[in-house]
Amino acid sequence: MAVAKPLIEVRGATFRYGEQAVFSALNLDVFRGEVLTVLGPNGCGKSTLLRCIGGALALTEGSVRMDDVDISQLDVAARARKVGFLFQHHSPSFPFAVIDVVTMGRAPHLGLFDSPSLQDSRLAEEALEKVGMRHLKDRPYTELSGGELQLVLLARTLVQQPEVILLDEPTAHLDFRNQAHSVKTIAALAGQGVTMIMATHDPNHAFLLPGRVLMMQPGGAILTGLASEVISDSTLTATYGIDIAVFPAPRRAGAGEMRFCSPW
Amino acid sequence: MTKPRAIVLMILAPLALLYASLLIGRFAVSPGDVTRILMARVFPIAHDWSGPVETIVMQIRLPRAILALFVGAGLSISGAAYQGMFRNPLVSTDILGVTAASGFGAAVALLLSRNALQLQLFAFIFGLAGVALTYLIARVYRSTPVLMLVLSGVVVGAFFSALLSAAKYVADPESKLPAITYWLLGSLNAASVQSLASVLPPITAGSVGLLIMSWRLNVLSMGDEEARSLGLRTEWLKGGIIICTTLITAAAVSVCGIVGWVGLVIPHVGRMLVGPDHRRLLPAALSIGATYLLFIDDIARSATAGEIPLGILTAMIGAPFFAYLLRKTRGSWL
Repeated sequence: MAVAKPLIEVRGATFRYGEQAVFSALNLDVFRGEVLTVLGPNGCGKSTLLRCIGGALALTEGSVRMDDVDISQLDVAARARKVGFLFQHHSPSFPFAVIDVVTMGRAPHLGLFDSPSLQDSRLAEEALEKVGMRHLKDRPYTELSGGELQLVLLARTLVQQPEVILLDEPTAHLDFRNQAHSVKTIAALAGQGVTMIMATHDPNHAFLLPGRVLMMQPGGAILTGLASEVISDSTLTATYGIDIAVFPAPRRAGAGEMRFCSPW
Repeated sequence: MTKPRAIVLMILAPLALLYASLLIGRFAVSPGDVTRILMARVFPIAHDWSGPVETIVMQIRLPRAILALFVGAGLSISGAAYQGMFRNPLVSTDILGVTAASGFGAAVALLLSRNALQLQLFAFIFGLAGVALTYLIARVYRSTPVLMLVLSGVVVGAFFSALLSAAKYVADPESKLPAITYWLLGSLNAASVQSLASVLPPITAGSVGLLIMSWRLNVLSMGDEEARSLGLRTEWLKGGIIICTTLITAAAVSVCGIVGWVGLVIPHVGRMLVGPDHRRLLPAALSIGATYLLFIDDIARSATAGEIPLGILTAMIGAPFFAYLLRKTRGSWL
């Protein structure tokens, strides 16, 4: 079988704040259409890793290549055409209509003096449809719930038409229902071939999403592989520093095999 | 209100008020005379009005009314742009210290007994220099975070306010001090064809620049990091907005002193009428601001025998009006 060329190649990546290394000598391949779930305790450097992959932060050593282009060589607009970002937190500004917020995703495709065309708003509507938020398109986005807001901002990154979407704990501030809904939407997008790297605080998300897992452990060890390979009682316990176990879920009609993890 | 009608209204309102303003004043001029004097500029019409009437309309009232329109429009669009850039509805045009610096420049010119045109130049240059200073102080690691800009603006504003106080302190209390004080209260009575020629170009250029950036201003108001992730060169954009608003504000202050309140409140009125999208808000701010300041100036020069300083009236009429709007809408546009 011919080996597909990875979309993203991270080689020897090291990032230091002063003397403190957040991660070092990290190698990683991400393939087109893959979802990579990044796990780790708070402060382990998940966000930093995402920002480095996206080119928003510069690596101390090493390189990130996307489509054979070094990400640090790209200007900010070219980068935005390759990488979409969904942040953990958005502080709303003015009550723009939802559709106008989503259309802002076209910014990297527009010239300096352009403003978005009808075609651009049509793309925005399609993206809203994909995340199931089209019915909100004329609402002021400041009135949305936290879950709706994250999905609308996810639609904005889709409109960017990037090669990869980086999601930095997008469910961190959401309630149980909205977390589940967001993860489902992300899984559905993965089914349509969108490449994503998602940092999350909840290791259970790794069981709900297709693709591989990258686990950042205290002390700098990094594990990568399928969820079934990487996520076990011992790795979770080592990563989060508390006793955690993986349980098989009771079988249900129509559902595949499910597992979940929980402190005990 | 339907869209085309709103646009027509936004264009007609300032023009209609401009015409009305030519009729207002202590010297009565008939609408017919005003119309014919204006028409005579384009069409060959027999001059059947007296010389002083033409002088009053063309040399005094028209330049002053045009200046009011441009200053009001410029201050309002600047305020709207800054509120978007700083993501804060409390921000006004003097946030980066331009007003305090211009005021000091004017006071220096008055102390040195310079003529009106030199005073204007002093105020303009000091205004630009003040903002440049703010920008340099705020610049860290090749970026200018919004919070740093605001704080530097406070610093520079306080510094120039102190210098201004010092200038007042040393000024001759018989002649210079009243002149400085009166200038700071704001007035459009320096309006002349000459002053228009020097003030209109920077206000126009700055406004056109802001209109061009209006959609990008929407994206910028998402916050610096998000705007960058959407491909915006935020440093260039912020620099461009600061240059445009500073050109406008320094030009406005240089010719008519400190006219507060317009740049703070008119953007809110605009948001109430057309929403927060800067593609609609900035043009609306131009029109509403122009109309508002011309209206206020008509009152300032005709309500009493003397002239009421503009800065007093913009706030005395604007503040209650804004309070009324706040109560009525409960801030639903914010």
